[in-house]
Parts: sequence; C-alpha cells; structure tokens
Amino acid sequence: MTAPGKPRLRTLVATVEDVPGVLNRVASLFRRRNYNIASLTVGASEVPGLSRLTVVVSCDDATAARLEANLWKLVDVVAVDELAAADVVERDLALIKVRADHLQRAAVVQAAELFAARVVDVAPTELTIEIAAPRQRIDDLRAVLEPFGVIAMVRTGAVAMARAGVTAAADLPPSRAASGA
Amino acid sequence: MSAATATAVAPAPATRTGAEMIWEVLVQEGVEVVFGYPGGAIMPAYDALPRYPVRHVLVRHEQGAAHMADGYARASGKVGVAVATSGPGATNLVTGIATAMLDSVPVVFITGQVSSALLGSDAFQETDVTGVTLPITKHNWLVTRAEDIGPVLREAFAVAKSGRPGPVLVDITKDAQQASCAFDPADRRVARPPRPRPARGATADALARAVALIDRAERPLILAGHGIVAAGAAAELAAFVARTGVPVASTLLGLGGFPATDPRALGMMGMHGEAWVNRAVQDADLLIALGMRFDDRVTGNLATFAPRARKIHVDLDPSEIGKNVAVDVAIVDDVRQVLAALTPRCRPADRAAWMAAIEAGKGDSAVRDIQQLPDTGKLHAAHVLHDLWRLTEGRAVVVTDVGQHQMWEAQYYKHDHPRGLVTSGGLGTMGFALPAAIGARFARPDAEVWVVAGDGGFQMTAAELSTCAQEDLKVNIAIINNGYLGMVRQWQELFYGGRYVATPMRSPDFVKLAEAHGLTGLRVTRRADVAGAVAAARAAAGTVVIDFRVQAEDSVYPMVPSGADLGDMIRRPLKSRLIETGADDELTEEPPR
Repeated sequence: MTAPGKPRLRTLVATVEDVPGVLNRVASLFRRRNYNIASLTVGASEVPGLSRLTVVVSCDDATAARLEANLWKLVDVVAVDELAAADVVERDLALIKVRADHLQRAAVVQAAELFAARVVDVAPTELTIEIAAPRQRIDDLRAVLEPFGVIAMVRTGAVAMARAGVTAAADLPPSRAASGA
Repeated sequence: MSAATATAVAPAPATRTGAEMIWEVLVQEGVEVVFGYPGGAIMPAYDALPRYPVRHVLVRHEQGAAHMADGYARASGKVGVAVATSGPGATNLVTGIATAMLDSVPVVFITGQVSSALLGSDAFQETDVTGVTLPITKHNWLVTRAEDIGPVLREAFAVAKSGRPGPVLVDITKDAQQASCAFDPADRRVARPPRPRPARGATADALARAVALIDRAERPLILAGHGIVAAGAAAELAAFVARTGVPVASTLLGLGGFPATDPRALGMMGMHGEAWVNRAVQDADLLIALGMRFDDRVTGNLATFAPRARKIHVDLDPSEIGKNVAVDVAIVDDVRQVLAALTPRCRPADRAAWMAAIEAGKGDSAVRDIQQLPDTGKLHAAHVLHDLWRLTEGRAVVVTDVGQHQMWEAQYYKHDHPRGLVTSGGLGTMGFALPAAIGARFARPDAEVWVVAGDGGFQMTAAELSTCAQEDLKVNIAIINNGYLGMVRQWQELFYGGRYVATPMRSPDFVKLAEAHGLTGLRVTRRADVAGAVAAARAAAGTVVIDFRVQAEDSVYPMVPSGADLGDMIRRPLKSRLIETGADDELTEEPPR
C-alpha cells in the first residue's frame, strides 16, 4: 500500500457536457493549478450531450482530493470520480512502427503475439503493431520491441471505467449523478 | 419610443431583439446600474438601453468599469454589471475581472463580439475573449443566437452569486444582438439548471469534533476572513464570540466582519498585522479559520505557522481545504450556518487568562505606534487615517487602493460594520480605489464614501475623476501623497540596500487636477489641518480631492518579510531620528515631487 503522502499515478473519470471549450477548461485547470498530467482523453459517453473524460495524473492523496474538488467547480462538469486502482478497467491504445526486415519479421511478430498485440500494417522493412492494454503492458511491449528499432509510437492515453458491478459517480446518469457524498 | 415613456417591460410585440433581451434580463435580475463603454460590437445593446430603467455610467477606461461593478458588488452584496465592446474594450476589463476573481466578488461582464460569420477571421476588434478570460472567471459563455441571450444571462447571474461567488463573462456577437426572437415576459428559463454537486455540509461528527476542540482549548483564536462578510455571518460570529469568549483576528478582507472596537477584536493579522496579534496566532493552541484561505500574506512561512495549534477550517469551497495548511477538522459549508450550529453546542467561557496574555503584548506595540510620536506638526499617513476614522466615527465606506496607505488604513481605521472596507486583497490591484468607490457610491447612496489612495495608484485610474464630474457623484478622495511608490520603496529600503530604483514619483498638482475636472481640491501638509480639510470635504456637495502631503520615507510596521516566520517581525525602530524628531533625514517641507 502506498503511503498517503507519496505521489502516485491515479485515474480520474469525469462526465462533462459536450459543449465547445470543455476540454480547454479542464486542461486550463490542470495547467494553472500546476498538476502533472500523464494523459487526458475525452470522447462520447452513453448519454447524448455528455462526454466522458479520463485523466491520469501523478499526485498525492491530498492533492488528488483538491483536484477532484476543483473539477467539481467547473460548470460544465457533471460528475467526477477517482477510480481506485483495484476497481478500474483501463485501456490505452498504441500504434508502434518497428523495423522488421525479412530476417527480423518473425521475431517481431512473435513478440507482438506474446502481448496479444496485432500487426495492422506491413511494409518490406517495417511493420506497425496495434495494442490495446493497460498502460504498463504497452510500456513492456515497447521495451521488448526496442532492440529491433522502434521508428515511431503513438498512444491515445488511458480510458477507464469502474469495473462491472462497481458503481462510480462518473458512471451514473446525470439525474442521479451527485446524490451521493 | 423615447426614454420618457420607458417602462420596466416594454409593451407587446411578443418579440425582442437580442439587444433588448440583454436589458430585459438585467431588469428581471434587479440591476439598477451598469458601468460601461460603448463600441462597434456592443452598439445594438447601447441603442436599446434608453428603453429600459437601467442607469448607465460612462467610464473613461474599461478597467474602471470592471472595478466599479466590483466595488458596487462588494459594498452592496449584490451582483455588479459591467459592459464593454469587443477586442480592446474587452481586454481592458481583464485586470478588473482578475481582481474580482481572486476576491470572490460576483460580477457579470457583458462584452460585444464581432458577428458570428466573422468569428475566427481576425476581424476588426476581434479578440477571443472567452479564451482570454477562461482562467479568471468562474465561467464564461459565447452567445451567437438571440434566443440564447436570455437563458444564458440568467444562468450567468446564477453562477456569479451561487456558492463561492465570482465573476462571469457573457460574450455576445453583434448579429445575436441584432436578430429578433420570441419574448415571454414570464420566462425565467436558464440555459442549464445548476448541476447537483456532492452533498458536503457540516456533518454531526465534524461539528462534534469542532466543539470538542473549542471547549478543550486554552488559547483559541478565530481567524475571520472574507467569507464572514460574503456570507452575511457577522451577527452569527458575534454570537459565537459572545458565548465562547474566543478572540478574533481578521484577514484584510475580513475586516468589518467583527466589530473592530469590540474588546475581543484583535484587528488584522499577517504581514502587516500588529506584532501582538501575530504572536497570539503563533502561541494559540487552536485556530478556528472562518471563511479564509490561509493566503501567504496571512501565514508567512507555512512550515512554522501556528506550530502549537490544532486547526478547524470552515469554508464553502472544498478545494480550499488543505490547500495551504493541513487541518484537524474541515467543515465545507456556509460559515453562517456552521456558526449558528456551533454556538449553542459550545461551552460558555470567558478565556480571561488567554485574553490577558494577548493584551500583555500590546504595550510594546503602543510605544512604537506612530501615534505616540511627539507632535512636530508634521504629517504621517497614520495621523490621516486615525483622524479620518475619528471624524467619520468609523461609519464611512472606505475604498482603498493598494500599498502602504492600504495597510495603514487597515491598522488605523477601525471598521465596526461589514462592507465598510472595500479593497483589492488577493490581486492587489493598484488603480482600484477611485473606480471601486464610484461603484460603492451607487451601492450605498446613503453612506459616506471615502477613497484612500496613494499618489501612484491614484494616477493609474485618475481619469475616472471625469466620471465623478459627469455623473455628479459625491466621493471624498484622500490621496496619501509621499512622492514615492511607497510600499516598493519600503522593500527597497529594507531588502534592496536602499536603492530606490523607479520608485520616486512626480505627480501632477492634485488640487489643480481636481479643479480641472470642475471638482474641489484641497492640500494638507500639517496634522493640525487634517480635521478642517475632512470637514470641508464632508460639507461639500460634490467630489473633493485632498492631497495629503505625508512623510516621504515612512514605512509600514510591523512587517513580516515575505516568506519569513509569522513571529519574525521587523518592528518600527525605537531609536531613530524619525522617532525622536518626527522627521526622516531626507525630508524637507515639501515631499519630493
């Protein structure tokens, strides 16, 4: 268990109104309060007019509590929740372009298969691997591919939700979103 | 339709232009006065204004409009409104918006914007004002359709005054002002109803833990902040103190939230708080922080702040809890309700021993007080503020600028009533005083309004003297003129080897400046003449400017250097030429000009 005062990566999910500038407002909050964002993603939710946003941020417990309170102050924010590490399903998507000529190709493909990653594009001397996995697994795959020569990598940043059977404020429809404490 | 036939709600037709909708909503919201400056993108709104019972005050610079709306809100507790055009009109508001943001003042800013078809094209006088003001407003909106103006403006007022108050901005395109839409006078729709927020509030457990700490404490101290004033909790605070006997130290913006002449009032704490007050904070075994945010000007070095004290923090804003100081009990709720709940639960006490210990520190401060100087006839700012307090019986609304005079005002003008002091605390905005006082004038038509400003800050917005003249306003203005940017000079003296870089300031003849505006100007160079000038100003019908020529190199004491321990204060020297003769070395009859 991590000490409460130690910074660690944590995942916050916010439900926000799908209005112009909402991503700007959230990003501006993180910038001016000097929070260290690992990733920030936003996309449609199951409710029309609402988007869901996943933020991975490195901070201690007290800072996280203040961050959550600051997010609640944004008018466009409908609900915010920090997801406990044990209760979260989290996926990051990466595309990794690797050097793979005819001599290396089999080894690269085998490495990808070990991570349940897929080859989505092939050229004579390179290929591109797609992986959707928790952040750490993508880091691990990248480390395994590094000796072959990673040409480029692009990642979406994490998206996350509470595990099935676990309710989170950010999961609830807006009418019920903040009835809890 | 002419202004002479104006009514609150113009008769049918059942449509309005967007421009008319702006004023319809302002009238609905009870707005009596707006402060503004016209320009191309806001002209449709101005064209509709004479049909509505809203007074418009034409400012000389949009920063003035922002401070006026802010001063109006601070002095009244209502929402202030400022209006400006697009581009430079809107960007000129920025300092005033940031001032209101840091001090949690409810103001609605309305700006014109280029027509929606031109948005993003770098059109003439186009600025991304919602982008510029995003971090300095509670929220802002860009409105491009006439039918959205009413619902968005209503939401804007609701956001500005709800929860922890603050400024909001509504940017309205010119074509939205020109277009027409259906109008229903009974319509009170908001664009979006407030979203529910986590229920926090004072739990029985938190209240019980707070009561236990208060009852057990031997050296408890209240730190009263702006929240007491904003929440209208002065009566509840007085009742709490009467029962528990806990003395009250105030932040700058908390002054007036508890009567300064009450024996339990210790006055201001922090960087320029009295030494014995800061000692009491450092010696306390319990701090009860009410509607304050442990600003660095209040705490000094956080590592050594009130090291022996448990801490109870009551604030409406959960993001303030634990921001600067870790606390033992946090209560996120309206401070008025919390005090009402705490008072009957706490044990009655008189805290005589603790009060005696605090009072024991007073003597040392008194002998250093500038008031104790032998009266050489020379004028010190402290004299002016003390005399002003005495002559106005502490009842004036005093609007200060930022700097030495602001701290002397806080030390020597004893505010017994909430909203009697209007000052820029968080942002420390020079140039605030005169325009904010004009706003306060409209907020409190029956009150005596005094500006207290330095010669530097006054010149930043002195053009608003013209507004006083045009609007026929009565404001009394005390310029504490020492020929320097005094607070910066003081820091240069204490921390920069006495190198007065860019702080000596030459000013215009303020008496002639007043006269040039058709106003009255007076000059005072001796203490004996203070009372006469104040009386003359009070008796005059219009705005009066008094140029108080005070000692040039006087400093504000005590002083906790920035970042130092709260107990580590620079005191007014006991042995100095200033103390012994009432004159500093470089002082001549006339301060440097």
